[in-house]
Amino acid sequence: MNWNAWMPPLMIASSLLPGLIIFGLTEERVRLRTVLNLSGALVKLVLVGFVLWGVSQGQQYETRLALLPGLELVLRAGPLSLLFVSLSAVLWLVTTVYAIGYLEHSPHRSRFFGFFSLCVTATVGVALSGNLITFLLFYELLTLATYPLVVHRGTEAARHAGLIYLRYTITGGALLLVATVWLYTLTGTLEFTPQGFLDSLGAEHHTALIIIFTLLIAGFGVKAALVPLHGWLPQAMVAPAPVSALLHAVAVVKAGAFGIVRVVYDVFGVEFAANLGVLAPLAWLAAITIIYGSLRALFQDDLKRRLAFSTISQVSYIVLGTAIAGPVAAIGGVVHLVHQGLMKITLFFCAGNLAETLGIHKISEMNGVGRRMPWTMAAFTIGAFGMIGAPPVAGFVTKWYLGLGALQAGQEWVIIVLAGSSLLNAAYFLPILHRAWFQEPPSTWPKEFDFGRKETAWMLLLPPVITALMALAAGLLATSTFSPLEWAQFIAEHEFSRP
Amino acid sequence: MSTPFLYALVGTGLFALGLFALIIHAHLLRKILALNVMGSGVFMVLVALAKRTGDAPLDAVPHAMVITGIVVAVSATALALTLMLKLNAKSGHAELPDDRRE
Amino acid sequence: MGAVFTEFPWGVILILLPVTGGMLCFLWPQIAKITGLFIVFAVALLVVGLAWQIFDNGVYRHAVGGWGAPLGVDLYADGLSLLMLAITALVGIGISVYSATYFKHEQAVLFWPLWLFLLAALNALFLSADIFNIYVTFELMGLAAVALVALAGSREALGAAMRYLLAALLGSLAYLLGVALLYHGFGTVDIALLAERAEPSPIIWAALGLMGAGLLLKTALFPLHFWLPPAHASAPTPVSALLSALVVKASFYILLRLWLEIFGPLVGGAGVEQLLGLLGAAAILWGSVQALRQTRLKLLIAYSTVAQVGYLFLAFPLVAATGVSAWSAVTYLVLSHALAKAAMFMAAGNLLCFGGHDRIADLDRVVQRLPLTAGAFALAGVSIMGLPPSGGFIGKWLLLEAALMQGRWDLVVVMILGGLLAAGYIFKVLGYAFTQADVSHESKAVPASMEWAALLLAVAAILLGFLAVPVLSLVSIGDPFGIGEVRP
Repeated sequence: MNWNAWMPPLMIASSLLPGLIIFGLTEERVRLRTVLNLSGALVKLVLVGFVLWGVSQGQQYETRLALLPGLELVLRAGPLSLLFVSLSAVLWLVTTVYAIGYLEHSPHRSRFFGFFSLCVTATVGVALSGNLITFLLFYELLTLATYPLVVHRGTEAARHAGLIYLRYTITGGALLLVATVWLYTLTGTLEFTPQGFLDSLGAEHHTALIIIFTLLIAGFGVKAALVPLHGWLPQAMVAPAPVSALLHAVAVVKAGAFGIVRVVYDVFGVEFAANLGVLAPLAWLAAITIIYGSLRALFQDDLKRRLAFSTISQVSYIVLGTAIAGPVAAIGGVVHLVHQGLMKITLFFCAGNLAETLGIHKISEMNGVGRRMPWTMAAFTIGAFGMIGAPPVAGFVTKWYLGLGALQAGQEWVIIVLAGSSLLNAAYFLPILHRAWFQEPPSTWPKEFDFGRKETAWMLLLPPVITALMALAAGLLATSTFSPLEWAQFIAEHEFSRP
Repeated sequence: MSTPFLYALVGTGLFALGLFALIIHAHLLRKILALNVMGSGVFMVLVALAKRTGDAPLDAVPHAMVITGIVVAVSATALALTLMLKLNAKSGHAELPDDRRE
Repeated sequence: MGAVFTEFPWGVILILLPVTGGMLCFLWPQIAKITGLFIVFAVALLVVGLAWQIFDNGVYRHAVGGWGAPLGVDLYADGLSLLMLAITALVGIGISVYSATYFKHEQAVLFWPLWLFLLAALNALFLSADIFNIYVTFELMGLAAVALVALAGSREALGAAMRYLLAALLGSLAYLLGVALLYHGFGTVDIALLAERAEPSPIIWAALGLMGAGLLLKTALFPLHFWLPPAHASAPTPVSALLSALVVKASFYILLRLWLEIFGPLVGGAGVEQLLGLLGAAAILWGSVQALRQTRLKLLIAYSTVAQVGYLFLAFPLVAATGVSAWSAVTYLVLSHALAKAAMFMAAGNLLCFGGHDRIADLDRVVQRLPLTAGAFALAGVSIMGLPPSGGFIGKWLLLEAALMQGRWDLVVVMILGGLLAAGYIFKVLGYAFTQADVSHESKAVPASMEWAALLLAVAAILLGFLAVPVLSLVSIGDPFGIGEVRP
């Protein structure tokens, strides 16, 4: 085993080990816990940076471990993996800072941060998986690690939400398992390969492959919250705000979307999938989800619920970009993995800040809040404009490439979906901004906490400001080297070039 | 019909009879006795079948087995009787509580 | 030095040591705990020695007292026996550590001799080379197990023990009648000789019927499971763990051996394996649904055992074409269930000791108050549900693979449904472990060794998920499944 083979396990260990140690800490060891959390996150970031540089220099990072006779656990840092790993590493650091601030006085923090680290471990594992069984393993681990976070508050409502979350995700996991084993019995391999590994299968297997594709998409679609499998996401809003941020931007929803990307690109291969005729229905499903999520978001008064439905809509951009089956649209889909993460996490951080500082949970309570919390609302505004797709925020780049890619692939209807969705996004975000900036604040807030001269605790304020700036930068500096867009183009070339 | 075969048949009959009694009787003592009858039936089959085909000399192995079997049966019966007495002392009757929750 | 290891009669000592220890514990109760713990650890070392020997020399065979078959008693160990011995030793250590603090005073005096006798019976059973010897060890195991159930002394426990005893005796008598028939038919009780001599005949069918029924009754395969839930639920916790983890597996082991060596080759394809598969499927669904309906934790776990036993039988109809992965799946399911179920019962025992009750809805925030135990339950649950990474997952994967290769969609559906139902009942418990009960109860401290014993066994069930390659090559020593050895 050379040094490069150590990198993927190290990337996983950098959050796994702190997590396991944190489980063993008593509640009072605040400082040690914080140090562990932050150093784990920083080490991971450094490792990711190192590997990114290495991959751009043509290095290979791969680890293999025999799991069953003939089947291996494979961790590989390919370009697509690294995009997701970088996103989760960066956002983990920010979210950790936020969570430390957010949970400052609440109980059971050791448990919380333990599972939090486990969650990130699973996400990084999902990202680095080099074959479907490894993916499945980490994907299920993610389900298990997020459950305690969803029910963290220990109320009856939380227990109920956890139950619903499990009903969806465990069933999805079971479908994945069947599909994976089935695929294995057909092909004898599960290794992710650019342009897929199913070419050799004859036409007599095509029906089976269509069913397998459906099962896989259903399994991943649960976490990616594709309609009609989205029911758990709004329910899971009872969890603390950092968990929502994690679910929506970094881990769970993203893992589902990433799974779909993997299946289309590296299991079936775009061309093969298109020839099977399974991509067009997937594109339609994504389009329906985009519109449906936006429509539902329009009618929510609860801020977090509105954001949840917005997530349902936004994540399907990734799926849509994948399903259009053209290189340009693929760039749009893949880059949205990052862009949506940055923007949505900003919005959830801000929503958490409003709740923690002023006790605001509903949009109808947000009158004039921009004057009381200008920094928070500035970040929120950037995120919201990004979601709408207004330049120069990152969301614009996504929509531009998606639209361009759809035209190139001759699927003009997608433009209508994009335009309609943008209008709806504007319709549910602009009124919030209007309220926050241009309405008179009420004389008292629902439940105000005092933070002296500052608008809120710095640990709560810094993360959304940083992520908002990153979302802005991803849009403004889209053409610079190492921007998400450049990286996504690199990936798309990889996936669409015939060897 | 040879004599050993007859014995074996009777042994099987005892086994069936014991099984029948085990099922229909509620009282534990009867159940334990029924099991003993079944055991005797099995031992009889073993002994009878020791006489194998033709004029071959008697096979000693089944006899050894029966002796072992009897030892096992005695200890099992002892345990069963003790349990029954204990149960009787606790619940006041020597029958199994009908498990209606099942 | 090598010769000492390879010539040493490990197998004999494996049986003699716990028997002697049991008697010592019985005669000198004041040293029972120390003796018991010592013996259990020593047995584990002996298993390591035996493993070494088997690695060097291949299959182990020992004629006790130099007599040899047919009059003498032969000991025999191949990869499958070795694995069963190993899991018994491993789970045994966990249970012994747990019991050392669990049992107090007079109960401890009774527990240690019985447990060591049970251990001796289990070891002897896994080392037996002939079907009559199996009967004797089987009966010894049954009697020790019944006495252990009765140890709790409550009315429920005594009733359950009685029911268990009747079922056990009935099962072993049926088995013995089968032995008599086989001996009459083929003139030997040695399994290997029987495998050579046996040929299709009415005797084979009658013996299969009798022995099969007896063993299924003791393995508690649906619908012959009626005695299991009350016995496993009302016994003292370490005993529940022993019964679910090891004793049920022992009778399954006999069934497996007989099927592999004697009956399978003769009556294969005649529908017996389909029947077993069908019963297995019914057990999975029935056991899981019953488990989901329970309000008491220990009963829930007991019904879960009924369901998990079903998985073992699903392999029978799948063997025809793809022998290797279906039997590997069974091996893996047996091992991981032994570890996980023992851990789960121990966790339940901790909760019972902590809150004084095992009502699921009143678990009352045990996640915070008893985190190690809650963690043990959760990790064991992961393996029971068959989620990765765990031993249970590997077993389920192999079984699914076999089913899909043969297009047995009915069994695939059953397995998936079983997994979902298992998730249902396990997360039902875990959900309530987070919430606060309406009425808070007094709680008692749980000794750390009891919490750690449960947790470590559960962790072992998880780690088993990464050891498939060595374990599967180990079990293929001596080719117990008749498919050729896989040497690493």
